[in-house]
Amino acid sequence: MHTASQILENEFLEVRAKLLEVAATLDRVDRSAAESAPLDAGAQSSRDRIDAAIQILLDEGSGRAERLQRFFSREYEKDWRREMEI
Amino acid sequence: MDYIDPHIHMVSRTTDDYATLARMGCVAMSEPAFWAGFDRGSADGFRDYFRQLTEVEPKRAAQFGIQHFTWLCINAKEAENVSLSRDVIAMIPEFIHCKNVLGIGEIGLNKNTKNEATVFLEHLDLAVKFEQQILIHTPHLEDKYQGTRMILDMLCDDSRIDRTRVLVDHVEEHTVDEVLGRGFWAGMTLYPVTKCTPARAVDMIERFGGEKLLANSAGDWGPSKPTAVPDLIFEMRRRGHPESLIRKVVYENPIEFFSQSPNFSFTPRDNGFNPAS
Repeated sequence: MHTASQILENEFLEVRAKLLEVAATLDRVDRSAAESAPLDAGAQSSRDRIDAAIQILLDEGSGRAERLQRFFSREYEKDWRREMEI
Repeated sequence: MDYIDPHIHMVSRTTDDYATLARMGCVAMSEPAFWAGFDRGSADGFRDYFRQLTEVEPKRAAQFGIQHFTWLCINAKEAENVSLSRDVIAMIPEFIHCKNVLGIGEIGLNKNTKNEATVFLEHLDLAVKFEQQILIHTPHLEDKYQGTRMILDMLCDDSRIDRTRVLVDHVEEHTVDEVLGRGFWAGMTLYPVTKCTPARAVDMIERFGGEKLLANSAGDWGPSKPTAVPDLIFEMRRRGHPESLIRKVVYENPIEFFSQSPNFSFTPRDNGFNPAS
């Protein structure tokens, strides 16, 4: 198993590239919004969720991937069987 | 390294893909019945599909020394049509004793609807009645967490279900713990965008160990990579994992799980399996 330092060294350029993709996509959205029409309500909601997801990445502690998955998931309703009459 | 792809849809792939998979070490595969990219209009459409899975694909695979196994069902997406689903479920016993059939699958949920849940439960009845193993499809993206929990509820509420004979596929970071924790096998699907990358799958292996974990490509007609399992092997080697752990995940675990089906007549390559024999 690699050390934490080795992992970061190995992955740094790839993570950098992924961050740049996100940054460039957000720039593209902003540029288009400035030149044409602002985001509609649905798109603004997606944009807000991306901002919130980025905050999760900045949180301390592990389990970021699992927390991101949960953040992008519908809630589980324990009483689903009663509601669906199954 | 010899490996087994436990979930791949070869009806959607070319013969060249079989050749490539064989060259990369694939010695066996299992192909669950799935959505063809369009809704079929009748049970007869499924009858032809099941013939393809039980007669045609084993022959195509054998040309390249790959042993082909399959699972039968009507998938979760077409299960929204309950009437058609019941016709298909009634037909499955015609094929269930074909020599490459391992069980019922991939059954599950798609959009987590009442109809899908109804048909899922009827598939469970069929599996129990014929003592079949079960392969589960879990939903995609925002529906996965809710749908996986619903599926686990239905499985765990049925005391007839032997959890060690059920493989819950397409697990990700937010579902793998509960699937394994409740005693099921878990499959990680290496599929671009909507599922899991090889790197994230190896992260899960590092978190949970190699017990009861499988990795598959789910290669199909969509943007997918049939050689994704070798990508996982390469990623594990890159991180310095022992060959024994890699072999366990990509070869020994599928054999252990599938061996619970009487139709899993797998012959390891070094025991004299000959292509096209």
